Amino acid sequence: MAIHARNINKRFGPFVALKDVNLEVHTGELVALLGPSGSGKTTLLRIIAGLEFADSGTVYLDGDPMHDKDVRDRGVGFVFQHYALFKHMTVFQNVAFGLRVRPKDTRPSDEDIRDRVMKLLHLVHLDAFHNRYPQQLSGGQRQRVALARALAVEPKVLLLDEPFGALDAKIRKELRRWMRRLHDEMHITSLFVTHDQEEAMEVSDRVVVMSHGRIEQTGTPTEVWKQPKNAFVYDFLGNYNEFDGWKDNQGIVHLAETDMIEVNLPADAKKNAGWLGRYPEFSSLVGRVLPGLVESTPPVLPVQKKTVRKPTGGTPVKIYARPHEMWITKTPDKNHEYIAAKVVHINPAGPLIKLELERLGGQFLQVEVSQSVMDTYAVVKGDTLYVRPTETRVF
Amino acid sequence: MPQPLRPMDESPALRFLLVGIALTFLGVVVGLPVVAVFVEALRKGFSAYAEGIMDPYALSAIRLTLLVAAIAVPFNLVFGVAASWAITKFDFWGKRFLTTLIDLPFSVSPVISGMIYVLLFGVHSALGSWLIDNNIEILFAVPGLVIATIFVTFPFVARELIPLMEEQGTEEEEAALLLGASGWQTFFSVTLPNIKWGLLYGVLLCNARAMGEFGAVSVVSGHIKGETNTIPLHVEILYNEYNFVSAFAVASLLTLLALVTLILKRIIEARTAHH
Repeated sequence: MAIHARNINKRFGPFVALKDVNLEVHTGELVALLGPSGSGKTTLLRIIAGLEFADSGTVYLDGDPMHDKDVRDRGVGFVFQHYALFKHMTVFQNVAFGLRVRPKDTRPSDEDIRDRVMKLLHLVHLDAFHNRYPQQLSGGQRQRVALARALAVEPKVLLLDEPFGALDAKIRKELRRWMRRLHDEMHITSLFVTHDQEEAMEVSDRVVVMSHGRIEQTGTPTEVWKQPKNAFVYDFLGNYNEFDGWKDNQGIVHLAETDMIEVNLPADAKKNAGWLGRYPEFSSLVGRVLPGLVESTPPVLPVQKKTVRKPTGGTPVKIYARPHEMWITKTPDKNHEYIAAKVVHINPAGPLIKLELERLGGQFLQVEVSQSVMDTYAVVKGDTLYVRPTETRVF
Repeated sequence: MPQPLRPMDESPALRFLLVGIALTFLGVVVGLPVVAVFVEALRKGFSAYAEGIMDPYALSAIRLTLLVAAIAVPFNLVFGVAASWAITKFDFWGKRFLTTLIDLPFSVSPVISGMIYVLLFGVHSALGSWLIDNNIEILFAVPGLVIATIFVTFPFVARELIPLMEEQGTEEEEAALLLGASGWQTFFSVTLPNIKWGLLYGVLLCNARAMGEFGAVSVVSGHIKGETNTIPLHVEILYNEYNFVSAFAVASLLTLLALVTLILKRIIEARTAHH
């Protein structure tokens, strides 16, 4: 069943929680509402569920307008961040609740209820726990009970509010992978709220990025990661470095930094050293930022002077690059612009080594490089490195 | 080997002194009077004690006290649950005002609240003369006692429930509604089980106060023996008549009520500590 939210507005006093929000979730999709706290994502979810009312705008479930439909009649399954299990009921009673409160004529028989609940508990791997009380379960188990309880009434859509937010990192990963598999089996239209971009990317078919009560971008995880629509989305999806730059009249982006290194080369260096010697057709690109072009065997050359580059035309811009989109070297070449920075911290945990660098001006850079790059340059704390972005983005 | 003192431990002498002061104070102020009540009541033997309680006026006072409590306590139970529910689960205009108003009986002297009812229902007020014209007895009759008792005891249940329900929030109720439960089903199968111990505790305190209330009741009662005398009022009359054994015998009933209340309170606290 599809979810449509059209022109939703919501204020809490002077605070604008949602501003003209339009959202569409197709049948069978698993969509993440991603945003920082206060971005309105939970409010939107609660309005769709009927727990909150929009000031204007309409929610449609399967094309039916919901504005005069009670929470109980919407056919919505809801999972809360803090589980909201009924404390005084066993796991079995919790899952059976939605079936037992039905009016007599639509209530299944006791045996049917038992069958259905046990089947669901089997699905969430909690068959053995049906007689336990919620406080006898771990956080991950409680959230699985909450999910089984929501699924017991056979909802047409499943709404999850930060479902893994209260769990520790390892359980969280396990549970979201499990949820992804469950969704692939059941194909129930699902919308879940999260502030964790990794979670959104890992689980969902589509990601809806929100900030300040507005939808910033909607797209597949690949789309929002590869083509972020604006600086907010780019910022929210990961760490980055920011540089001053300018766009010249031909639309080419240059670095314009005050602590850059420029290298003087011998007159014949272009012919002899490095890849530029072998590919002279690229020599016209010298002085520009070249995305993706990496000098694999940099020539060893002395640093001769430090200059200040200033824009000579065009418009000033901000240049962004992710930590792994940074090229480091100890031996800068003439073909690129570099920024000098000192290694202040090395975090070796993870597939890439995370370096924290401090520039001459005191700003910090985050760089992620592979172990082999670290070995090539024998990088240790206190070294001065020459850095440049290999991929850049301008908004 | 002497154990080193932990940071929060005081020297044994100081500990002994502090515990001693506390116990002595409680003994003199609370323990001694409780013992005195029973000693005085049984001074002339058990038959005099029984006689004091079995006196027709005493029995009528006991009946009246039970009647007043039997009306006031359920009323305050319903009011307390409704008020706490409204205050903690909804946002509405005047919510702050209502919360403050609930505390009013705690901050007003019971005698003053009794006086207010005398002014309100008395012969000299418009309402009072209308009541007289229509033959409705409130003042110096059972309805007046009930109203005054309700007023003095209504904060107990609400005061107990509001912080409890605030802490529990509304998520479980929301979950129940989303699963298709009606408002009543949600209340009886989700909210009530969550607050039952707090509710019982509030009712217990409310009942103890309803039966023991003196000031407000004294003003509206008119002290008609056998008709509008509750237990505390009857004790006062006996005492003023120098009938000490009977006075203490009847007072011992209220003391027993207090002791039973304390024991039940302990049991409830032990129960809720497990949750």
